[in-house]
Amino acid sequence: MEEAVVQPAHVHAPPEGFIRKHIFSLDHKVIGKQYYGLALVAVFMGMALSWLMRFHLVWPTTKVPGLDLLSSTGAPGGVITPEYYLSLLTMHGTLMVFFVLTNAPFAGFGNYFLPIQIGAEDMAFPRFNMMSFWVTFVAFLVLVLAFVIPDGPPISGWTAYAPLSAVGKDAGPGLAWGQSLWAISIAIFCVGQLLGSLNFIATTLDLRTKGMTFMRMPICTWAWFITSAIGLLAFAVLLPACLLLLLDRMAGTSFFIPSGLVISDRLQNHAGGSPLLWQHLFWFFGHPEVYIAILPAVGIVSHVLITNMRKPLLSAKVIIYSMMSIGFLSWMVWGHHMFVSGMNPTSSLLFSFPTLTITIPATIITLIWLGSLYGANLQINAASLFALGFVSMFVSGGVSGFFLAQPSIDIYLHATYFVVGHFHMVMGVAAIFGILSGTYFWFPKMSGRMMNESLGKLHFWITFVGTYCIFMPFHYLGMAGNVRRYSSFVNDFMAPLMPVHKFISIAAFVTGGAQFIFLFNLIYSRFRGKQAPENPWNATSLEWSIPSPPPWDNFGGKHPVIYHDPYQYGVKGSKGDFVMQDSPEQV
Amino acid sequence: MASGNYAQVVEPSRFGGPDRASRSGIWVGIFAITMSFAAFTSALYVRQGSGDGTHIALPSVIYANTLALLLSSFTMEMSRRGIARGLGPEAFGLRKGMVWLVVTLVLGLAFVAGQYLAWRYLAAQGLYLATNSNSSFFYVFTAMHGLHLLGGIAALVYLIGRTAGSNYRFRQSLFDATAIYWHFMDVLWLYLLFVIGTRL
Repeated sequence: MEEAVVQPAHVHAPPEGFIRKHIFSLDHKVIGKQYYGLALVAVFMGMALSWLMRFHLVWPTTKVPGLDLLSSTGAPGGVITPEYYLSLLTMHGTLMVFFVLTNAPFAGFGNYFLPIQIGAEDMAFPRFNMMSFWVTFVAFLVLVLAFVIPDGPPISGWTAYAPLSAVGKDAGPGLAWGQSLWAISIAIFCVGQLLGSLNFIATTLDLRTKGMTFMRMPICTWAWFITSAIGLLAFAVLLPACLLLLLDRMAGTSFFIPSGLVISDRLQNHAGGSPLLWQHLFWFFGHPEVYIAILPAVGIVSHVLITNMRKPLLSAKVIIYSMMSIGFLSWMVWGHHMFVSGMNPTSSLLFSFPTLTITIPATIITLIWLGSLYGANLQINAASLFALGFVSMFVSGGVSGFFLAQPSIDIYLHATYFVVGHFHMVMGVAAIFGILSGTYFWFPKMSGRMMNESLGKLHFWITFVGTYCIFMPFHYLGMAGNVRRYSSFVNDFMAPLMPVHKFISIAAFVTGGAQFIFLFNLIYSRFRGKQAPENPWNATSLEWSIPSPPPWDNFGGKHPVIYHDPYQYGVKGSKGDFVMQDSPEQV
Repeated sequence: MASGNYAQVVEPSRFGGPDRASRSGIWVGIFAITMSFAAFTSALYVRQGSGDGTHIALPSVIYANTLALLLSSFTMEMSRRGIARGLGPEAFGLRKGMVWLVVTLVLGLAFVAGQYLAWRYLAAQGLYLATNSNSSFFYVFTAMHGLHLLGGIAALVYLIGRTAGSNYRFRQSLFDATAIYWHFMDVLWLYLLFVIGTRL
């Protein structure tokens, strides 16, 4: 194996001492693991909140022991009030979208593997990188602080629609300090993501090793690169939006609060603001955010599938171009969240068209996966199962998108469980499947130990079946007119739907419970798992050319030289049916 | 590539390398900041749809500030060139470059002070952040630009510290990146002045 002759000056010295090595580390691998760890904490918190919500929906008067300790006003005697239900819902959405779906697949895995996959020893700006994680961590602390303040968490949902999110305490519990903490947290989060995106872009552009042309980058590197470009623009818009919201709340301005607004019998001392402005700014970020969550998962799944199919995809290039098209189109579709906002109906049509168009590149990606799988000798393991699960969720969730993309149908389905089912499948659970696939795939590299495959497969089957049991019925509930964000349906016209809700809740408890199998597997394997070899999956990309776990400077003070794209499977190489990217052998 | 006192990072085998990354990084950052101000501007347009804004007479100190900032871009460029020239064994351009750098810093600080005076002037007229939508946007635009400029001032202070204190050990790319950012602050301000002047 040839290596570049120049001994590079590493961008930072080897870390010494516990704090430099594990806490305020400049090493992209440690930072990646920190992001992943934060996402893991956030996902279990978010899941616990969804359990509380599912419990309350079907047993609204039953006490949850100990919940009154968390909030004596929100859950007096352990029974959740309707307002506290909304608080839980807001925190669930915020934790999941920002601190899980953005942190794990993009910031977590991206940080760990992007520099290695392009043959760099670290990110371009390691100090910014460290700062980006710690800023995100502070954002997390500020957000969860809302749980312990007397005001409680906000009740405005993760979208924090103005004017109710902008006027303060008159609008309800949690909308005084709780909402302010939310806006401060998200503003800080934006700063962290901007620093991270900047780093990803500069690193990919300028730190690729010799021979690593753009088209030789693995699909997941491409996915992180495209995602960072989306993140850079999306968070650059959400940050000003949050600042304006904070000014309305704290400085008495009227960006989002209209004239003559009376809330809780009090005339609000604001004039001339536009509630629709918040929706425009928020969704201009919000829709691209969907792709920030899903594109890294598309990349990870492609990477895992190629490795386990032992043959190249029908066309990796077309997947890359399709991801670019999705990234580009993601800026033209935000209005499809606002079909019923009172926006001009012509605008609705204009937003509907690109929304339907965006399904074309998504469909192309799916067809390439399926076409490549056809006739492939797929290795079945936890990573490939979760990758297949992702494809399934992506298709099932994507199909319901066709309905919602059409303004006339959306008017009926808007704000029902149909929408909740749609985005949970296509964005939430699909991205989670991508994260889990990546975890089972890369855990050996990250920890130096293998995960337990049997537990992994058990985890997959319960999660896969459970997810369909939870979210498919959501669509039927929505079609039956079941509105979202209501805390209970036992005494109204939706009462006949309660058996479906009961079924969903039980499925949610079982599926959530299965995640503890994963958690156990993760922790147990970290300490007791079988030692992982350098390249357990016989994969071709650069992360598998270095020890597990990698040394602090990745390639031992050298840069590899790249000879191939990462799709050299099904060939005759010296190591088997594959040739690694840095191997000079001819194929 | 510059020789002499710079801490060198020689990596000819790669695309770009760390020095190029600093340059890419600053352009990417500029792109993000542009996007943020585009968001603020679109907010202004939507907000003005309700037609409740009252015209603001701009304080004339704003124009003096603009002049100071434009001048600072010129001095920044003089400094950058002086220092780039001065890296040979004689290092004759370094002192000159250093002086220009300090002048840039002073002009930058003068701009910030001048903007503060503009705020005081508006406040004296009873125009505060929350008075009406135009005053809100005036304060938001100038404050956000000022915050970004303070970032540039911090970079200047850092460069002066490194230049004076440690035998000129910094990367040329860092200097170039700071200069690009500083010029961008100029361009951004001219844009904001145009928006403030025509819309508020």
